[in-house]
Parts: sequence; C-alpha cells; structure tokens
Amino acid sequence: MPPTESGGTPAIEFRDVEKRFGDHTVLKGLNFTVSPGERVTLIGPSGSGKTTILRLIMTLESLTGGYIDVHGEPLTHMERGGKRVALPGKQVRANTKRIGMVFQHFNLFPNMTVIENLVEAPVHVLGMKKAEAVEKARGLLQKVGLSDKENEHPSRLSGGQQQRVAIARALAMDPDILLLDEVTSALDPELVDDVLQVLRDIAEETDITMLIVTHEMQFARDVSQRVMMFDGGVILEEGHPEDIFTNPREERTRRFLSAVLD
Amino acid sequence: MGDRFTLLIDFLPQLWDGILITLQLTVGGAIGTVLIAVVLGLGMLAPTGWISVPCRVIVEFFRGTSLLVQLFWFFYVLPLVLDVDLGPLTCGILALALNYGAYSAEVVRSSIAHVPKGQWEASMALSLSPARRMLRVIFPQGWALMIPSLATLQIQLLKGTAVASFITLQDLNERIGVLRQATGDTMFSYTVGLLVYFVLAWLIQVGMDALERSAKRRLGRGDGKQGLFARLTGRTGAKAVTA
Repeated sequence: MPPTESGGTPAIEFRDVEKRFGDHTVLKGLNFTVSPGERVTLIGPSGSGKTTILRLIMTLESLTGGYIDVHGEPLTHMERGGKRVALPGKQVRANTKRIGMVFQHFNLFPNMTVIENLVEAPVHVLGMKKAEAVEKARGLLQKVGLSDKENEHPSRLSGGQQQRVAIARALAMDPDILLLDEVTSALDPELVDDVLQVLRDIAEETDITMLIVTHEMQFARDVSQRVMMFDGGVILEEGHPEDIFTNPREERTRRFLSAVLD
Repeated sequence: MGDRFTLLIDFLPQLWDGILITLQLTVGGAIGTVLIAVVLGLGMLAPTGWISVPCRVIVEFFRGTSLLVQLFWFFYVLPLVLDVDLGPLTCGILALALNYGAYSAEVVRSSIAHVPKGQWEASMALSLSPARRMLRVIFPQGWALMIPSLATLQIQLLKGTAVASFITLQDLNERIGVLRQATGDTMFSYTVGLLVYFVLAWLIQVGMDALERSAKRRLGRGDGKQGLFARLTGRTGAKAVTA
C-alpha cells in the first residue's frame, strides 16, 4: 500500500500538528496520513516524538497546535470561522471509542479480575449487554491463549500474560485503530515472542489500522506496510520496511538502525 | 478495693449510657468525616481552581482551628447569629466531622494522587466517563491506600469525642467524672476511663484492619494476619499515606 492512498478518507490525518511541553517543542508542523487498514511503524531515537504521536491520537496529551482528523472527523479540535476550537470532552470521548491503545506497562486494572477488565468498557461505554460482553471477552481470551485465567487478578499473571490481557481488553472495544506503544519493552526477553505472535495474528486476521512504536525491528518488518523514521519531531524519511531497513536514504536512519539492530 | 468494684457494678448502667453517647458521636462523626473527606479530597484534585481552591481553603481552616473552639462556636454562637439551636449531640457530631473530615480529606487527596498515572490513562484509552473512571478504577485503588491513615484518624476522633462533655453531653468522659465523685477515688475512676476508651479504640482498629484486608484482597494482594489480636502479634497494614 502506498504511503498516501489517493481517493478514500484517511483513517488518521495529522495537519500541521504541533506539541509543546512548556518551552520544549516535541512535534513541529507535522503532516501525515494513515490509510484505513494500514499498519505503520514509527521508529526513531528516544525523544523524537513517536510516543507523543500515539498519545495525541489517544487524547492523553493535549494538542497545542494543528488538527488531527480520524476517519475525516475532527478528533479534539476543529476549525470554525477561521478559529481553532476545542471540542467538548464528551464529544472527544465519543471520538476515541473506536481507538484502542496498548501500553508499555500494561496498565490493567488491579481491582478487577481479568474478565472484569475486558467487560468494563464494552458494557459501560458501548452499552453492550453484560452476557454478550462476557461471551466476547471469553472469545478474546481464548485468542490470546489465556482462557484459563479469566477469574485471576492481574497481579497473579506474568508480564507477558498481562500484556496479552491488555491487548484483549483493547480488542474488546472493537477498535478501528490500535495504538501499540512499546508493548514488549517492559517484558523479559523470553515472554516477548508470545505477545508478538498474538499481534501478528491480529494483523493477519483483521483490518484494524495500526500505529506501532517498537524497537523490535523484525516484528516491524513482518507486520507493517510502512515505516516512518522520526528525529527531532519531524519525519526524516518513510517508506516500505524492506527499503528503510535494507537501504535507508538518510545517514541518520542508518546510524539509528545499526544501533538498535546490534 | 472490693467496695470500689461493687460501686462500679452499680454504676454500670450509667457508664453504659455514657458509652452510648460516645458511640453516637463516634459513629456519626465517622460517617460525616468520610463524606466530607471524599467531597473535599476529590474537590482539591479538581482541574479547575473554582473547585479546588475553595475546598483547600475549607480544609486548611478546619485543620487550623481548635476542635474545642469549633464545638463552642456551633453550640453557643450559631444560635446567636442564625437563630438555630442544633442541640449538643448534633453540634458535637458536626464539629467532629468537620475537624476530622478536613484531616481525612488530605488523606483522600494524597491517596488518590498516588494511584499510578497509567491507571488514569488506561481508563481514558477505554473512553470511560470521568465518573465511571473515578468510581470503578481510581477510587477503589486509592481506598486501599487511604485506610491505614483513616484508621488512625478514626481513633483520634473517638478520643476527640471527650470534648463533648464541655457542651453538656453526658458522654463516657463525663460519666467517668461522675464515677470519681461517687467513689472518691480518682485513680480508680480514670483508670476505668482509660480502659474503656482503649477497648473502643481497639475495636475500631480491628474493624479498619478488616476493611483494609478486604480492599487488598480486591486488588488481588495477599491478606495478612487476621483476628482480634493480629495487630499485637504480627505486622499488618500497608505503609500509611501521610496526611
């Protein structure tokens, strides 16, 4: 799939996005689009703004300039009469219902069992019937290989198991867009493969749009159709993973890759 | 010494009436304390200054003024300025609830603030409403953190009820004074007083320990020693959140 598909509405569109933390500008005038169903990996040195991009889409950070559209609709801000207007919180929450995120540190709710973690939002945000949500949750737990853990507390699970539950929890909301923020970085090496295999299956079996921040370059190569290299809050280069990984244009990308592939 | 105990047994119904008053002040004060603490504690965390600043001012005011003066104010001044006479028991409960509620509000605030940021983020990523997020995700986790400090304050509240005898209430403290006059034995009477307060405080502690265990169990964390003497024989409780 080409980086920008002409025609249809993009799943995600960044227009002149700027993010400042106090005096520090993390993203400046960022423009890019992601097509529906496309899987894009963001790479770059730490502090290059990759994670900030995911957090802006999940509305965990506030946008300090520009616009993000999701499926053609404004996410947090819109232009009205030449002015930039923030949308009300309720509207923003409605917009993020179909966006899911998996975090580096899992962030399962420790006061709920595994199945309660999966059922909470479908019932109380999407208005799904309890029985239906439970049935769906069981299906997802089976998919991530944790059917026998539905009544466990998250604290009794290994990191890899917790992360697979977190993936199932995000999928329980039927997301159109899934954001993966360094999902294997906090795991012991021997637990990484199970988590990546679950994600590979999802990539293969669904058409969920994915934005991935990872240091697992082989995974990025297998799963994504496009890689974007960030440095200093701008896109340094982008292209098909095969091209970026084997024959990068920029010297900066080459140095970054040789550092992480060691 | 024998006649002292005969006198004490005769005095028991009166002592019991005093204990009942003390318990009413304690339970009423405790319920009021928790309500006020949750409202002001969460209020202090509100993102808008319009809510957080007034809550902070109320907390500082009631922490910074004497319980006894507050009690006199509700009992003697309120009828003068507003022409309302709440009666001594309501005044006592109100003053205790506001005073200990202000201290407890700070415990609630700091416990909620100690819930990891990732929990807020995960509940936002699932688009939970702010009310649902607080009720189902944040507060239950903060609750487990706040119980040890709240337990300490509940016991202080019990002991604080003794000031109610200054506004005509015949509570345990006042009854002990009467016992002293009846027996003419100061040491005996006040020792009885100490023991009764100690037993009441210990019952509160046992109750709060049980609450803490159940809160921890809900977080999937192991439960410690149980039973009436657990506190004396082993280590219980998490690290307290400082008020």
